[in-house]
Amino acid sequence: MAKGIIGTGRKAWQEKSAHVTPEAVFNDRRNIVKALGLGALGASIPGQVQAGLFDLFGKSEPHAPFVTHPLAFSRNDAFGQQEILTPEKKVTTHNNYYEFGTSKTDPVENAQGFKVDPWVLRVEGMVDKPLTLDLDDLTKLLPQEERIYRLRCVEAWSMVIPWVGFPLKALLAKAGVKAGATHVAFETLFDPDQMPGQKSRLMGGGIHYPYVEGLRLDEATNELAFMAVGLYGKTLPPQNGAPIRLVVPWKYGFKSIKSVVRIRVMDKQPPTSWNQLAPHEYGFYANVNPKVDHPRWSQATERRIGEGGIFSAQRIATLPFNGYGEQVAHLYKGMDLRQYY
Amino acid sequence: MFRLQARHLLPLKLVFHLIALVPLGVLVWRVLTEQLGGDPVQYIIHYTGMGAINSLIAVLLISPVAKYFKLGLLMQTRRLVGLYVFAYASLHILAFLSLDLLFAWQLLLSEIVKRPYIMVGATAYLILLLLAITSFARVRRAMGRRWQQLHNWVYLVALLAPIHFYWSVKSEVIEPSLYLIGLIFLLLIRVNFKQLQRRFSLRTS
Repeated sequence: MAKGIIGTGRKAWQEKSAHVTPEAVFNDRRNIVKALGLGALGASIPGQVQAGLFDLFGKSEPHAPFVTHPLAFSRNDAFGQQEILTPEKKVTTHNNYYEFGTSKTDPVENAQGFKVDPWVLRVEGMVDKPLTLDLDDLTKLLPQEERIYRLRCVEAWSMVIPWVGFPLKALLAKAGVKAGATHVAFETLFDPDQMPGQKSRLMGGGIHYPYVEGLRLDEATNELAFMAVGLYGKTLPPQNGAPIRLVVPWKYGFKSIKSVVRIRVMDKQPPTSWNQLAPHEYGFYANVNPKVDHPRWSQATERRIGEGGIFSAQRIATLPFNGYGEQVAHLYKGMDLRQYY
Repeated sequence: MFRLQARHLLPLKLVFHLIALVPLGVLVWRVLTEQLGGDPVQYIIHYTGMGAINSLIAVLLISPVAKYFKLGLLMQTRRLVGLYVFAYASLHILAFLSLDLLFAWQLLLSEIVKRPYIMVGATAYLILLLLAITSFARVRRAMGRRWQQLHNWVYLVALLAPIHFYWSVKSEVIEPSLYLIGLIFLLLIRVNFKQLQRRFSLRTS
């Protein structure tokens, strides 16, 4: 099915959008089956297998892969040149994106029909000049650069990813932050028809959607805070947060909100999704910190997902601020990081 | 009504083996063919854990089903199914230790002590281990009445396992809740309420 798509660009995958609804229905069914799997007490078959069987049937009508495009960018060598990259295939098939399902492979399976055109990203709130950006603006408004960042998930695994995009600071400068502003809030697209996790509580993991995140203004204007529109030199696939996402590499991955439609400059701390759901487990700051454990697992080490098979991963020591202390530690001077986790 | 006879037992056991082993084969196949995404570690841990808890439900279903449908011989499949609970639980822990912790034994020990949900899971596994070791006919005979007393601890596992599941998830609590309810139900149908009532009324009258 994919062969007709390559090179035909936008038009081809707009056609694919017709498949979005059946996909959602399909996934609802999968989840109902999963839930009923218990009711049927289907003996010793692990629950996932039932879903797996439906995957087999589902494969007869696969989604054409989402089409990404090469980006023009310059390489910023200031970050991560010495790191061994996590292969692209792993970066794009192992995702936490509950809007498309809670398992790691759900997003790549369920998001291929995701529509990013038209897209509207608003930069608003306490700014001199509110911005309304469309899909083209995201890659053309500001010069694009590539940066290699480590990504540390709160679940204690990590990757190294070459992102393409621009510093958040540059975008905020375009809008002009007003005096008195202290925080920046972010919001993911809310579109239950496209995002099955927003439609079904069972599939969306109980998060209150739309997903929201936030940074302090000095964090948002730190040189590391990055808006990514691509990875591995191409536009983002939907499972990684197309068409634009935040990347804050010194914080746990859930801070790096995906598929952003709103950036709002404000004068108070905005609510953030995981903090709302479980405040004792996920703080507003969520800085990577080996000394502060998650209540249910240690953060002292992490499993680095690199090249090779499942036995080739390495467990390495987690660094404070994910190794970016030089750039960001000063932001938290005098703060008790156990209290503000 | 269908009567289970001794000649049915072998085919039935074969079917149970198949039901338990095919999912394992499917898992291996999907891992080897890279169908499970960039990093299937969590998936494997979760999958084998689900295998254990589903087998647990199966083993707890055997005696009510045998009683209700008067299929006494069915009871002879309990050891087989029970050992699959142990086997899947062992794979679950092995996957956690080898794929996630990468054999960082110290981390395993400190995690067991520090994390209540791992402590709960480890306790359940310890019980399963004892039950598996004592599952041989010879040991059973040697233990006499104490064997049944020991094997009643499976009811504690039936509570600990879904609590461990519920506690381990980040936010998707619906599925583990259903398991907890289902297993509590399987425990409740074992309670002889008439007997309890009689005892209770004797005391109060």
